[in-house]
Amino acid sequence: MTPATLAAEARKLRFRDPGKARDLTSRLESLCEEVGRERISVMHVCGSHEQSIAKYGLRTILPRRLDVIMGPGCPVCVTDMPEVDEAVLLALDGHLVATYGDMLKVPGTAMSLEEAQARGGAVEVVYSAAQAVELARREPREVVFFASGFETTAVATAAVALADPPANFSILSAHKYIPPVMEIVAEMPHTRVEGFLAAGHAATITGARLFERFVERHGIPVVVAGFEPLDVLAGLTRLVEIIRDGTPCVANMYPRCVTDEGNRNALDQLWRVFRTEGGQWRGIAHVPNGNLRLRDAFAHVDARRRFTIDLERFWQSSPPRLTQLCICGDIMAGLSAPTDCTLFGRECRPEAPVGACMVSSEGTCKIWHQYGGHPDL
Amino acid sequence: MCLGVPGQVVSVDGLTAVVDFFGVRRETRLDVIDEAVAPGDYILNHVGFAIRRIPGGEIAETLALYETLLAEAGSDMMADDVRGEIEAAGARLEPTAPGLGGSLGRGGREAGP
Repeated sequence: MTPATLAAEARKLRFRDPGKARDLTSRLESLCEEVGRERISVMHVCGSHEQSIAKYGLRTILPRRLDVIMGPGCPVCVTDMPEVDEAVLLALDGHLVATYGDMLKVPGTAMSLEEAQARGGAVEVVYSAAQAVELARREPREVVFFASGFETTAVATAAVALADPPANFSILSAHKYIPPVMEIVAEMPHTRVEGFLAAGHAATITGARLFERFVERHGIPVVVAGFEPLDVLAGLTRLVEIIRDGTPCVANMYPRCVTDEGNRNALDQLWRVFRTEGGQWRGIAHVPNGNLRLRDAFAHVDARRRFTIDLERFWQSSPPRLTQLCICGDIMAGLSAPTDCTLFGRECRPEAPVGACMVSSEGTCKIWHQYGGHPDL
Repeated sequence: MCLGVPGQVVSVDGLTAVVDFFGVRRETRLDVIDEAVAPGDYILNHVGFAIRRIPGGEIAETLALYETLLAEAGSDMMADDVRGEIEAAGARLEPTAPGLGGSLGRGGREAGP
């Protein structure tokens, strides 16, 4: 999309009420003026938010001093290379690895799952955890479900772990938990983030109240918002309003989907199966409590306990690759934009990704590559 | 992905429901939803699991919103994500009424969480 068509898209704003959009943007403009600072930076942590912002060209109609950054909101992108390596090794060792499609191209230390497949490893794409279980019922082999995604998606993995899966089914969890990484970003020495926009449908499960502790600890407001362009605008307006008032709180701007408590049945299953553990998020940092790992009671479905996965041996024979130049980490921390990366659109493209942010449809780089991101109008 | 996809429950059998997503019938799991659902209800599906029952007053608006998204010409990330969510809802059952179903092919999309 060229900047001109993006701008046309923004003017058209295919929501049902352009008048309301205009009202919101002018309200946002005056709120930003009232805040008075040269720059106001807020962060969202959801691939769908970035898709909506980029697709509808929202950055072209936002106040110039308001910077809306995409943080670590792409679970595929923050999957650490050793986690990919574990799946690659299991596939090369003759087990069938079932995983979500956008994990296929994610680079590991030596290779992606797609490359492992080319070398004879068994890898199968599934759309849901339930399909991975069905696969195990049909297969004589061991089926390992390489499970990625934030808490919303981990709920589905928890459900199949609880539903008595067949003995040849196990889970390699790369699930991540969002609230702790928000703390990491808030505590980064160069952080500019003054507020967070939290993802609507994730909060459908976790509930808006989940963020209260974060707000208390860090004094940074959190607004839960939907993914429609109008929802995003309304969320941003409320967020800047809270910043102006200087009284940080949690606000739910998506009450038609999100309650304070969330989905209790789903949360109960999630925490019966998973516990949090510290771990590396690719390119970002070690995130205390950032990984969701299977509890001891679910050792029988935990691939890490069922199989010996010798990463050390694997790494000794694997030269590192172009990924060293990749700045995905800085992009996800909100310190750089995709266009700051020397690889962006050149060595790193959706069909030949170097960094994970170019792999997933939720990755900032892939979204900017498709929609143009932040045109300079 | 965080969008999910709405669909109408056709039938319920234990923890499995047959759900109509814009003319495509698929099986959705009911393990994690926190309310009982019955045929005629609308649910939001995420990676093959119903995560929420959509209240009556919001159904028309929600469907209109997704129909706009799915009517998008060519390849579009958000529309592809919604199609992926429909794929995630288990095995495809017999086709239902014509509608958007015809445009819901996989179209080279890669599934994502």
